[in-house]
Amino acid sequence: MKAGRYGIYGGQYVPETLMSALIELEETYTRVREDPDFSSRLSWYLHEYAGRETPLTFCENLSRDLGCRVYLKREDLLHGGAHKLNNTLGQALMANYMGKSRLIAETGAGQHGVATAIAGAVLGLSVDVYMGEVDTRRQALNVFRMELLGARVIPVTAGTRTLKDAINAAMRDWVANLRDTHYLLGSCVGPHPFPMIVRDFQSVIGVETRRQILEREGSLPDMIVACVGGGSNAIGIFYPFVGDAGVALVGVEAGGEGPESCQHGASLSRGSVGVFQGALSYLLQDDDGQTLETHSIAAGLDHPSVGPEHAMLKDSGRVRYEMVTDAEALQAFRYLSRTEGIIPALESAHAVAFALRAADELDRDGILVINLSGRGDKDVVEVAKHNGGVE
Amino acid sequence: MSRIAGAFFRGRPVFIGFTVAGDPDMGRSFSAATAMIDAGADILEIAVPYSDPVADGPVIERAHHRALMAGIRPVDVFLLLLKIRDYAPDLPLILFTYYNIVYRRGVDRFFSEATAAGADGVLIVDLPVEESEEVVPSARRHGIERIPLIAPTTSPERQRAILQEASGFAYLISLEGVTGERDHLPSGLAGLVSAVREKTDLPIAVGFGVSRPEHVRTVLDAGADGVIVGSALVRLIEEHMDDGPGMREALRAAIVSLRDGFSSSSRT
Repeated sequence: MKAGRYGIYGGQYVPETLMSALIELEETYTRVREDPDFSSRLSWYLHEYAGRETPLTFCENLSRDLGCRVYLKREDLLHGGAHKLNNTLGQALMANYMGKSRLIAETGAGQHGVATAIAGAVLGLSVDVYMGEVDTRRQALNVFRMELLGARVIPVTAGTRTLKDAINAAMRDWVANLRDTHYLLGSCVGPHPFPMIVRDFQSVIGVETRRQILEREGSLPDMIVACVGGGSNAIGIFYPFVGDAGVALVGVEAGGEGPESCQHGASLSRGSVGVFQGALSYLLQDDDGQTLETHSIAAGLDHPSVGPEHAMLKDSGRVRYEMVTDAEALQAFRYLSRTEGIIPALESAHAVAFALRAADELDRDGILVINLSGRGDKDVVEVAKHNGGVE
Repeated sequence: MSRIAGAFFRGRPVFIGFTVAGDPDMGRSFSAATAMIDAGADILEIAVPYSDPVADGPVIERAHHRALMAGIRPVDVFLLLLKIRDYAPDLPLILFTYYNIVYRRGVDRFFSEATAAGADGVLIVDLPVEESEEVVPSARRHGIERIPLIAPTTSPERQRAILQEASGFAYLISLEGVTGERDHLPSGLAGLVSAVREKTDLPIAVGFGVSRPEHVRTVLDAGADGVIVGSALVRLIEEHMDDGPGMREALRAAIVSLRDGFSSSSRT
């Protein structure tokens, strides 16, 4: 396979000006991944600062309801409230190694922006976060968090004023400030080497899960479920299990208002192959190749494309991709909160919703792991709106 | 000799005007193109509207969106090209596009349609040399010149690899950034032009940020054979959208004034 390719997918479809930065990034990454000093620094930040390892919680109530053995991988307990910090700490340390003094990032729901602001604050890097103007209003609390953490939030008013336009704006900034700026991309999308770097930094989720489940159950899980927007939490937990044919891997996409509504974010289930923001992957596009608008109640899944490695895993059949609607996700959000006392992020609630649906596929001894990629505090206002404010 | 080579062969500086096809609609876009030709543009570079033009600054991005809002599709771009070809049979026409438009249509089909519409060259802004293996033979098969982009950040090895498979002319990006008007062009331009000159016999044109007569002079004094002006012209279309004659006059005056940079350059 060609470098930077996942089957036919991936690649580096970027303007020439960016190529030098991608080459520098790949060289740096190749160097630091072999560097014991880098590994030990990253490990220190992940364990002593961010709170790894995160628990793999056996959920008695959920198991009783679903009729199988259900575990939650608790990325919601990571500092910042989501899996995003695994990647931002890794890339911010790389920025240090490259001598870059400034980080830029895109954010949709604000979780990646917050995680970048945290990493920038602790590692002494200035941070500018691009956020669609629509999202700055939907996620005002996270805007305030980022600003508290010393980051500058730049509202993006171009295009659809959401995540994809925030990525476009960040790429435009990067192309003009390559010498002192690292673009800290938040998902396993974009041009090579980003999908590889983000996957590797997020794989800590799967590596821990594997060790934890073997200690607890003496066997591997039967099924692992994770939500997929760009796909970083999913690839992070799937990757160490891809070679284990007995472990069913399920990625759950945003079905929005229903798969037939055209109001969704299901690029793998409903999209077609195309080039978008630097990579060949599945994409929600029209017949001419223009990007379509997307919708999900979960801002983190409201994106027209997906990481190229997921595209390969879909074609090979190794990972199964399913859809969950806004309504199902909302139901799962309330269900998990009441049943286990854990408020999931709306993104992660998609994975929970699918697990509720899929439990029939497992028998009583079957082991099901749900990647709880983030906590739902950020979403309570949005959910209250859908409930008419009271319940 | 190809039309592009012919334009550079005349031995005087070449003015390349950029416009987004269908901005703000088909009729006014054709009118803008012909105004640019009448004012003395030597080559036209015509962009296929795209929803996510990441290499472009805000002015050109808005033009892409205006054209998309007007319902312009690739087939309309080819129709516009045909009309322009009809208006100016000898004028070199270059299609500027993002790769997904080409990929979605099918590389070979795109180049075949581009040829049929009268395009002389294609510039794919987000297709670096690493990803161009499918496009190179297809372009060659259809007799389309593939205009290469070279940035200030391009290493000498990459410059060589890029120029090896290129034809038409070398498009030098003057600065690190997206398209758009700037107060000043970077000072290292002459070094970039001569570094590229050493590696190719192709003519060299410089774009990005070129928006004033003194920029045109700077580019020519740096040793380039031509300039590409985009945002400064697209902005005039935006400002005069509802005034056809005003738009044509503004474009004419701008191109005449920019070409003043030609005569004051030490190269002419």
